[in-house]
Amino acid sequence: MAELLQHLLNGLVLGGTYALLGIGLTLIFGLMNVVNFAHGEFYALGAYVSFAALALAGSDFFVALLVAIVAGAALGWLCEVALLRPLRNESIDTTMLVMIGVGIAMQNAELLGWGGVAKSIPHPFPTAPLVLGPVAIAPLRLFVLVLAAGLIAAAWLLIQKTKLGRAMRATFQDRDTAALMGVSIGRIHAATFAFGSGLAAAAGALLGPIFLVYPSMGDLASLKAFSVVILGGLGNLPGATLGGLLLGIAEELGAGYISSGYRDAIGFVIIILVLLFRPSGLFARQERIA
Amino acid sequence: MTRTGGWLLVAGALALPLWLPSPYHLHVAIMAGIFGVLAMSLNLLLGYTGQLSLGHAAFFGIGAYTSALLTLKLDWSFWPALAAAVAVAGAAGFVIGRLALKLRGAYFVLVTISFAGVISLVSVNWIELTNGPLGLPGVPAPELGPWSLRTKTAYYYLVLAAVGLSYLVCRRLVRSRIGRALVALRENEPLAESVGVDVTHYLVLAAVVSAAMAGLGGSLYAHYTRFVSPEVFLFTYTVTMVIMVVAGGKGTLAGPLVGAVLFTALPEALRAAASWQWQMLAYGVLLVLLVFFLPRGIVPRLGVALRRPEPVTPTARR
Amino acid sequence: MLAVRDLAVRFGGVTALESVSFDVRPRSITSVIGPNGAGKTTAFNAITGYLRPTGGRITYDGVALTGLRPSAIARRGIVRTFQKTSVFPGLSVEDNVLTGLHLRGTAGVLAVLAGRRRLVAEERALSAEAATIIDFVGLDHRRREAASALPYGEQRLVELAVALAASPRVLLLDEPGAGMTGSEKTVVSGLIRRVREQGVTVLLVEHDMRMVMGISDTVIVLNGGRVIAEGAPAAIQAHPDVIRAYLGASADSS
Repeated sequence: MAELLQHLLNGLVLGGTYALLGIGLTLIFGLMNVVNFAHGEFYALGAYVSFAALALAGSDFFVALLVAIVAGAALGWLCEVALLRPLRNESIDTTMLVMIGVGIAMQNAELLGWGGVAKSIPHPFPTAPLVLGPVAIAPLRLFVLVLAAGLIAAAWLLIQKTKLGRAMRATFQDRDTAALMGVSIGRIHAATFAFGSGLAAAAGALLGPIFLVYPSMGDLASLKAFSVVILGGLGNLPGATLGGLLLGIAEELGAGYISSGYRDAIGFVIIILVLLFRPSGLFARQERIA
Repeated sequence: MTRTGGWLLVAGALALPLWLPSPYHLHVAIMAGIFGVLAMSLNLLLGYTGQLSLGHAAFFGIGAYTSALLTLKLDWSFWPALAAAVAVAGAAGFVIGRLALKLRGAYFVLVTISFAGVISLVSVNWIELTNGPLGLPGVPAPELGPWSLRTKTAYYYLVLAAVGLSYLVCRRLVRSRIGRALVALRENEPLAESVGVDVTHYLVLAAVVSAAMAGLGGSLYAHYTRFVSPEVFLFTYTVTMVIMVVAGGKGTLAGPLVGAVLFTALPEALRAAASWQWQMLAYGVLLVLLVFFLPRGIVPRLGVALRRPEPVTPTARR
Repeated sequence: MLAVRDLAVRFGGVTALESVSFDVRPRSITSVIGPNGAGKTTAFNAITGYLRPTGGRITYDGVALTGLRPSAIARRGIVRTFQKTSVFPGLSVEDNVLTGLHLRGTAGVLAVLAGRRRLVAEERALSAEAATIIDFVGLDHRRREAASALPYGEQRLVELAVALAASPRVLLLDEPGAGMTGSEKTVVSGLIRRVREQGVTVLLVEHDMRMVMGISDTVIVLNGGRVIAEGAPAAIQAHPDVIRAYLGASADSS
């Protein structure tokens, strides 16, 4: 029983970051209809930026996280404005190919810049695990879980309560009416992409210290993000949150009780099964972002 | 391309080993040929039927492993192993084809990637079968009767025959009622259905032929490099195939071949100048540039430049 | 004969069609009219298999059509056009019509791969047939041009040609006159009559009253998902329920 709880706890930590990845992509894929295969690369970018800030500039954890988010958001904004906006009326295949190209370029730039050797991100937390009843958790992971929860809450708040969030929801429900009401569609698209990318970078900065940082970490991250989005339903924020948690827990349980080698397959299998049997997602009864 | 031009090209290809300066160049030609087969296979699905399959390396890898395992562990000879590789890859294509029936666009892409991901993980983890990450060394070279096709020259002609066969299959399919049905699915699926095109039948057909052809490429690769490892499932291979098709010209017969030659010869030529990371970086940038500036690829652009400006049927912008 | 019995289509809380029943007599030109949102295109979609009806039966010559895929329904001789212009945009007019001739061809995978000689003859025959159809709709001068490059009115003629190529026994035309000029509508009306003369049953949805009243043998009126009147054009024009449904619209509204 204690083992099960331990796996569940680990799964929550992992899942919290998957939720961040998923929320970002559900906005981009679900609302902007952009198949962003580079989403995982923003995740990797966040990890590398955090590494640079912590290991090289010696700054503290929060600053590194912030810098990573800003870097992700800025690059995301740039991508949208320079590459996606001119292609907005093209088919979904075209934007898909463009983002694949961006992803490849980003990953290999990282390879060239940082080398292929995995890096470990230093962190200020003691390594001795905190014991809470039957389970133990490393202080770092607890910290990550709390931060992830905080970022998820902040994302929800932004979408539901702020003017920007309202404008985003309006644009994606009915673009023309939103435009007539004075919403700048271009700015909303750029802001959405930046927001989603920033969240992905945050996920990378958070998970980086727990696992290692290496250039191909983005590939799997992209696919897991899609897995979460498909689970939760496109454009469905609560769905993505729940989906991320579910995936994290499923991976931990699978790795613990079945086999750790096939751990990453769980995300793939989810994609295949959900798309075959329940394409609108497990939580489809909820409406999109309204 | 005129008929004389076509025959000249064939003659040139047949005579190639005679005037290439070194075995290394022949090696490049062989790899270009194998990738030509792969690119043509992807083109059937992507260019003609309009479905992007980003898991195509899975069929390539399945073909490679099938052929390697049958010759290594069951002592099959090359030719039946090749046939089996084509059949097994084709069967995998059948599975994907049937899966795809409900899915279009991005969802189909995701399922193909996931499928490739699962197969890749199986090849790494199912050590009893595939020897895991260490791979299968010592895959035997093919034999034709008493002669071994071990030499580069002999293998070149084997690959050339495969390229010719694949081209013929693609050409016959595309220029027939079947080709029209596939293109109809790409151009306007509901309209195609309204005139009686059976979507199920043709999607599965495209997937099976496409996968089988990729399996052929896989088997040729396995018996040439004489070594198969989970690396055949690398996304890099799929990306390379996609770039070959998109840059060469999707939806044309010559496009994938042009793309294959270009993107096999070019990296080799640049090998001295830049590491493969720089090349992959360049590929990424190139893909973006292609989408903006050369969306239909090289062959259609060349075609327009060479022909008189009469109304040519353009590829649709959907 | 195409028979529709108690056709019902409901999505979520919305009832698009309820208890719709009518017959389409062979070799007739029957029009379905009604205010916007009355359910006309929904009925077409249900009949041709693009929508699964919630209830009711649709049969053709006694054979049930409900539940079949659109391609299977087309194989039984029921072909439709679409409300929004629907062609194969990247293909030439000729290739559009050749694709429409799909069901006439017999080339299967094995025959194609083997390069059978009889296929050459078949292709030649299909080309000739395509030329005839293109001529019929009057687009011979546009044969080689890309369908997407044609002006609107001619694109709709391509649509018609593609539908005719599929050898329909029943032709369902969804707003064939939409967006057309008066003279274009006259051409289309003439084509519809000639199609009927060749033995094809025509069922059309149309808003242009003059066109409808001019060519129809029978007019069926839908409103709010139900049939409110059915009969000869003159009778329909005078029908109080119909007039009420259109809020007094006159006979020459278009």
